[in-house]
Amino acid sequence: MTARVGVVVFPGSNCEYDVVEAVEAVGGTADLVWHGDASVSGFDAIVLPGGFAHGDYLRPGAIARFSPVMGAVAEFAAAGGPVVGICNGFQVLTEAGLLPGALQKNAGNKFVCAPVGLRVESASSALTNRATVGAVLRIPVNHGEGNYTCDPETLRAIEANGQVVFRYVENPNGSMGDIAGVANAAGNVVGLMPHPERASDLLLGSADGRVLLESLLEAARPRARSQPA
Amino acid sequence: MKFHVAVEVRLREGIADPQGQTIERALPALGFDGVEGVRVGKMIRFELDAPDAAGAQREVDEMCERFLANPVIEDVEVTLT
Repeated sequence: MTARVGVVVFPGSNCEYDVVEAVEAVGGTADLVWHGDASVSGFDAIVLPGGFAHGDYLRPGAIARFSPVMGAVAEFAAAGGPVVGICNGFQVLTEAGLLPGALQKNAGNKFVCAPVGLRVESASSALTNRATVGAVLRIPVNHGEGNYTCDPETLRAIEANGQVVFRYVENPNGSMGDIAGVANAAGNVVGLMPHPERASDLLLGSADGRVLLESLLEAARPRARSQPA
Repeated sequence: MKFHVAVEVRLREGIADPQGQTIERALPALGFDGVEGVRVGKMIRFELDAPDAAGAQREVDEMCERFLANPVIEDVEVTLT
């Protein structure tokens, strides 16, 4: 059975349709999930897309993390389900405590919107199981608060555990250790600032994001098989 | 009892403050020399009904911990009057 991806829509999300389209382009099926729904049953993977959930008021992700759907996402993640946060979705996952660290204002206060080189650092996450460690993907970033920050102890731990999934080839925002994406210890929850869905077709300038979305479908497959057709 | 609450949220020591750095670099251009250590935070003010000061403090501390600040990068200072 085809893996079914739930794409969560918060008030202010703006990349949800891009994610649906990109997931379908690599052979999955995808549906939107309203943030007020308290369930994600029937989905084999969850994506929190980019945007400005709740206007980024207080802090990006600070209000979205209390949406009813986030309880269900946390349970899904705890049960080993693949969960990916892209850009604002990454910010929501750190605020929710599902990923370590925080994203703060870019160094130099600059909103960055450009394709960047993204080096794959781990191939054992839900978003990189089909990628090659060391491969450099060309994928756009589009954010003002993507400066990855954590305390030194957390940094040592995530480096030692292989939880740093992506690094920038050239750091666009001041992130510690050039970190562009991290995973939880189990590797099933992944967040990254760049937008793989915007690099899913050569017409968009790059199709390098496809291998990441294919990885997500691969991670979702065991669940897809176990559900009645 | 009604309390006036002021919660100052600021970046923890050692966390880079791009806004503060930009302001610090801009001040000399206006002729204000000798300024250093500029840090930008936010102030959240509200009124709170609570039985006593200790109860109000507890409630505000919990708000800060769960919502008003992100302990990974921010500290808070609470003033109750």
